[in-house]
Amino acid sequence: MNRLRNIAVAVAAPLLAIAFSLAVTSLVIEISGGSAADFIGIIFSWPADRILVNIANQTSLIYLSALAAAVGFRMNLFNIGVEGQYRMAAYAGALFAGAALLPGALNVIGALLVAVAAGAAWAGIAGLLRVTRGVSEVISTIMLNAIAVTITGYLINTYGVKAGDSRRTEVIPESSQVPGWQPFEKAAGEVWTLGLLAVLAGVAFWLVLNKTRFGFDLRATGQSESAAVASGVNTKKMTILTMLISGGIAGLIWMPSLFGSAHYYGTTFQVGLGFTGIAVALLGRNRALPIAFAALLFAYLNEQSNRLTIEAGISVEVIQITQGIIVLAVVIAYELVRRYRVRSEEQRVAQARQDATTEEVPA
Amino acid sequence: MTTSAVELQGIEKRFPGVVANHDVNMRIAPSTVHAVIGENGAGKSTLMKILYGVQKPDAGTIQVDGEVVSFSSPSDAIAHGIGMVFQHFMLADNLTVLENVVLGAEKLHGTGAKARAEVRAISERFGFHLDPDVLVESLGVASRQRLEILKVLYRGAKIIILDEPTAVLVPQEVEALFANLEGLKAEGHTILFISHKLDEVLSIADAITVLRRGTTVGHPDPSSATKRQLAELMVGSELPSPATEESTVTETVQLSVEDLTMVDEFGRTVLEGINLQIHRGEVLGIAGVEGNGQNELVEGILAMRPATGRVRLGDEDMSRWGTRRRRAAGVGYIPEDRHRHGLLLDSPLWENRILGHTYEDVAVKGGWINRGGSRRDAERIVEQYDVRTPGIDTIARALSGGNQQKFIVGRELSGEPSLLIASHPTRGVDVGAQAAIWDQIKDARRAGLAVLLISADLDELIGLSDRIEVILRGRLVGTFDPRTVTPQDLGEAMTGGQEEE
Repeated sequence: MNRLRNIAVAVAAPLLAIAFSLAVTSLVIEISGGSAADFIGIIFSWPADRILVNIANQTSLIYLSALAAAVGFRMNLFNIGVEGQYRMAAYAGALFAGAALLPGALNVIGALLVAVAAGAAWAGIAGLLRVTRGVSEVISTIMLNAIAVTITGYLINTYGVKAGDSRRTEVIPESSQVPGWQPFEKAAGEVWTLGLLAVLAGVAFWLVLNKTRFGFDLRATGQSESAAVASGVNTKKMTILTMLISGGIAGLIWMPSLFGSAHYYGTTFQVGLGFTGIAVALLGRNRALPIAFAALLFAYLNEQSNRLTIEAGISVEVIQITQGIIVLAVVIAYELVRRYRVRSEEQRVAQARQDATTEEVPA
Repeated sequence: MTTSAVELQGIEKRFPGVVANHDVNMRIAPSTVHAVIGENGAGKSTLMKILYGVQKPDAGTIQVDGEVVSFSSPSDAIAHGIGMVFQHFMLADNLTVLENVVLGAEKLHGTGAKARAEVRAISERFGFHLDPDVLVESLGVASRQRLEILKVLYRGAKIIILDEPTAVLVPQEVEALFANLEGLKAEGHTILFISHKLDEVLSIADAITVLRRGTTVGHPDPSSATKRQLAELMVGSELPSPATEESTVTETVQLSVEDLTMVDEFGRTVLEGINLQIHRGEVLGIAGVEGNGQNELVEGILAMRPATGRVRLGDEDMSRWGTRRRRAAGVGYIPEDRHRHGLLLDSPLWENRILGHTYEDVAVKGGWINRGGSRRDAERIVEQYDVRTPGIDTIARALSGGNQQKFIVGRELSGEPSLLIASHPTRGVDVGAQAAIWDQIKDARRAGLAVLLISADLDELIGLSDRIEVILRGRLVGTFDPRTVTPQDLGEAMTGGQEEE
């Protein structure tokens, strides 16, 4: 009974947050002279085939990014640097795949490993700085984001292949391109096969965090570092490992897109996924399954909003207001739910104690 | 004495499913120190919150200076001259003493010269030694507490509620606080003093009210009552004492520490050349004024902080091992601060069964969490150690301190440890749980466990230990036999009285 109510509350909170944020966005649109009815109509209309495919693809990228952030959050490490990590990884992976050192599928696997290693290494710098010099990972990862942009920019400009008036990495050989699944006619595009990486990562995330000793140690460290130390967790090692895992997952973020449609690192690179991931991780309370729903929601809103400008003359950016308010509202709602639960637990304990004492005293 | 400063009649407060207070009656005479004592969960906090306007009573009347009042917020209470100093200070470190005092009370004397003069005046009148322009972050605990009292006085309080004020103080500071309280009393203030420490209550209080299970059960006279009588009133039954039975000490050395030395991050030597041995079936008590290296000793033995020297458990040299390996070798650990070191407060009890025991098969098998095993074993602990909880899915935070502690004791005694490190095992625990924990430690000792017991409660140390070592400034300075030692002897050794001879 109690459990059922808890679940109901946990589901109701995000739904209310979504409704609330759509209402606020509508208000903003009305104030700025647009039509809120158009906005709601477009957001809730059934997406075209092409958009459905895009939603599926974007969900996988956003999900990977959110997992990367969530691993850190679960042990109180604020890896704000997913953005820089997946950029470094995307470049390194594309460079490796483009060089075609290995044939066919091996090349894909090799490139994935290189990308994971590059993302992990970039995040590892922040982990190392924190453990050895006490530098806050928030600061170092933000700086590493900026450095990643300039380094990849420099490398592309210096060593990249010229294509038109921009530069890029070598195109991946056709034998190593990973075709997708075409649910509709050709023009609607393909769902990237490597999007399955997101599913694998999600299952692994859940399994490792909830079912293994390592995951228990990680969560314990996140909840109470002092208790973890007393229980024998080497928190320095844990910090480094968590940053490496977080960066490693970040390394996968752009891989479905690289092998599915982009085929090289250049103008095709999609920026901003790292920051979206942080918001989605918060929305999904850093848990594997809720994050998946949150990622789907963000991908849906992003893709649907593309039509706003053309069809209703509303700026696409309003959807960021919606997303921002959803996250804020949900964070507040979760905190309220958490407090409510603690209070009701305490009452149940007090109740149980009182029952016990009345039993002891003969009436 | 016609009117009381405060009079409570028939106060009742219910929370859904729980009666926190019922039929509470007390009269507090003006210009006195009135102590309110009771076990954890006896309803002291709720009562004080009602008096300070944080919560509204469901029934009963509150009279202040003979006038019936009804508070709906602390500001109402303050307007009637009631102020409260909480156990956890509410101060802004990066502001000065003056700024902290005027914060939220700007209307009284502004924030400038007039306020400063008022703060100085109060500080001087009561001997608080607080400079209005000093930053709070530079103040020690005792000064912070005086600042909290000053804040309350500045707002015009005549009746001051102090929630366990001595819990954070060392003995000398307690004396200074009591001197301040006498000063306040002499100036016509009334003090409501909530405490656990019965000897302190007897030395400072002019009147005592005992709460048990949410209601007032007695008003013993402090000039004639004994600690034992007070404790019995609190528990409502005969009080257990930690008397040792016959010795179970064996010849086998279980823990051997040689030349353990620890230097902290500021380069100070906090442990110096500690040598000690504990035999199987022996309880070694460590006595000392807090902050003389007790925590460091525990953390050194467990490798929670880097230290030099040798630590052997049975035949094994653990000196180079990390914390987990040492605990896995058979060391149970009841930490001093259970919230910081012993529990994951927001996790259910069964997950807390795993904490610190991930090497036991019952908790983790081959790297995978053994959910069934840890749930069953958590059930066993709840049953066997009488942990009052609706179930093992309850989060640790929801339990009372005594029940949290019983759970920890149960967990640390499972998995057949050969050494138990118990740091203040009954601190902040009510008398009922205290007796249970003492029994567990005695049983474990009888079963051949070696126990390192650190406690600030000298009665507990003398009652449980087979041998007592005194720690002072990071060194062991004397060995005593608990059968012959008196608290006075120990007290002298703990404060370095022996050194000067």
